[in-house]
Amino acid sequence: MPDLKRAEDHGAFRRVAFLGGIYSNYLALAEALRIARARGVDAVYALGDFGAFGPHPDRTIEVLREGGVPAIQGNYEESLSTSADDCHCGYTDPRDNAFAQVSYDYTRRRTSPEHKAWMGTLPGHVRLSIAGRRLLLCHGSPRKINEFLWESTTPAPFIRRLLRDADADVVVCTHTGLHWSRFVEGGRGIVNAGALGRPANDGRPEVWMTLLEDRGGALAVEHVPVAYDHHRLAREMREERLPEEFVETVLTGWWTTCLEILPAKERARGRH
Amino acid sequence: MNGQPVPASPLVALDTLWLQVAGTLCNLQCTHCFISSSPTNHAHGMMSLADVRPYLEEAERLGVREYYLTGGEPFLNREILEIIEAALALGPVTVLTNGLLIRPETAARLRALSDATPYSLDLRVSIDGADAATNDPIRGAGTFDRIVAAMGVLARAGLNPVITVTEACQGALSSEGRARLIAFLRECGLEQPRLKVMPLLRLGAEATRTRAYAEWESLRGRTIDAEAAAALQCSSCRMVTSKGVYVCPILIDYPGARMAGTLAGALRPFALEYPACFTCHEQGLSCRT
Repeated sequence: MPDLKRAEDHGAFRRVAFLGGIYSNYLALAEALRIARARGVDAVYALGDFGAFGPHPDRTIEVLREGGVPAIQGNYEESLSTSADDCHCGYTDPRDNAFAQVSYDYTRRRTSPEHKAWMGTLPGHVRLSIAGRRLLLCHGSPRKINEFLWESTTPAPFIRRLLRDADADVVVCTHTGLHWSRFVEGGRGIVNAGALGRPANDGRPEVWMTLLEDRGGALAVEHVPVAYDHHRLAREMREERLPEEFVETVLTGWWTTCLEILPAKERARGRH
Repeated sequence: MNGQPVPASPLVALDTLWLQVAGTLCNLQCTHCFISSSPTNHAHGMMSLADVRPYLEEAERLGVREYYLTGGEPFLNREILEIIEAALALGPVTVLTNGLLIRPETAARLRALSDATPYSLDLRVSIDGADAATNDPIRGAGTFDRIVAAMGVLARAGLNPVITVTEACQGALSSEGRARLIAFLRECGLEQPRLKVMPLLRLGAEATRTRAYAEWESLRGRTIDAEAAAALQCSSCRMVTSKGVYVCPILIDYPGARMAGTLAGALRPFALEYPACFTCHEQGLSCRT
């Protein structure tokens, strides 16, 4: 368990947008920031994994840094800033790992040293509060940067333990690429912000961000679809010679890789 | 060698609870079974829903993340569907089975249980090759055809099983062998083939089929860093059988691996003194899917 006492505390907010894995989808990132402004948020937080999968990783980092978006480390930032040889995504299947390595090698080669150093300065966790609820922001889970918190394998008793151990009312995370939330008693629960980087394996090209806000003293969760120029992203991915399997996902909304890590229910919802 | 210290696995968190719901009783007698399950092995007995329930209640309080039901053959247990339902109320469930007893009515009931919960229900079916000539000498005459039929029954019910093979199975560890097995599973009607490859454990029947562990296959005298120790499955699991709480699903034939009568009593480090601990450490084995 990381030392969560060292998590930065950023204070109280009314309405916040959370961006899950961006995976170099700088086009969706720009659109998400526009939506967040239009929705009148006090802050936008990026939950890590800025690179992978998509083209031109530096462009995403530039948008984040120029926009002053506060961010925490994902496994990608941890790996890139420490010159690790792989992404530590946590896959167990050889095919999934082979595609993950293609992503990581490309991203590592195309991310500037200055951006990698910046990634090393990011915190692993941040605390803030909305509607009196104490939130802990992390990438995978409070206890592990690359733990997958899936909707169908994160049951209520386990959520109670995670929250107790993290000394938080709500954990906000990403890493799985699929958005969901589950609340137990007392407005306590887990919010997975999903991913801006690639669609949610639902046959739609949109990607997802998540808004949390104080609505009359209660914490309201809204998973928001983000439409963007996915044809342009696909074109740029082909120009960069990224795998056609990745391009297919961008265009169809169905995952073609990282499939074996999916639990039964999440797998059954997809095409592949 | 015996005088040297043994490294220990910490109990980081109890995430995975195994339940040996069919004991060591099985309708098959596979020649590589590491706990020698068979129609006549009563070393560990069947567990009724009433036997299981106190452990489920304790697991809920402890915040267990997931449940695995195994045996023996779990579908020999007359209350298996009730046990699955009770566990699914608390979290995701995986059932390890040879598939032979899953009739269309059973598959329909399983599908209904799955549809009634937000948590995943997984069936994990074992096979030992993509043809009868490879499978049947290990699992028994005629079993290949019956396992393939069971895959079809599950697929038609909309349940997509995880298929488990051992590393001895037709080059399952090579990418070509793996591709052949995936193609075979598609032919069996599984449109999204899911494959898990397990190392062999030189215990039980397998120790006779090939060989037992050698003296050098041991962690005695070795140092294991904290990260590697925390990655061992025994740092996050416990196994409940009719005889009590064991450290993991593998070591239930060793009285010394029984840790307590309750889960709370078994939440402590475990000395890695058994040869199978060597396999887990060296091969990164986890019995989880």
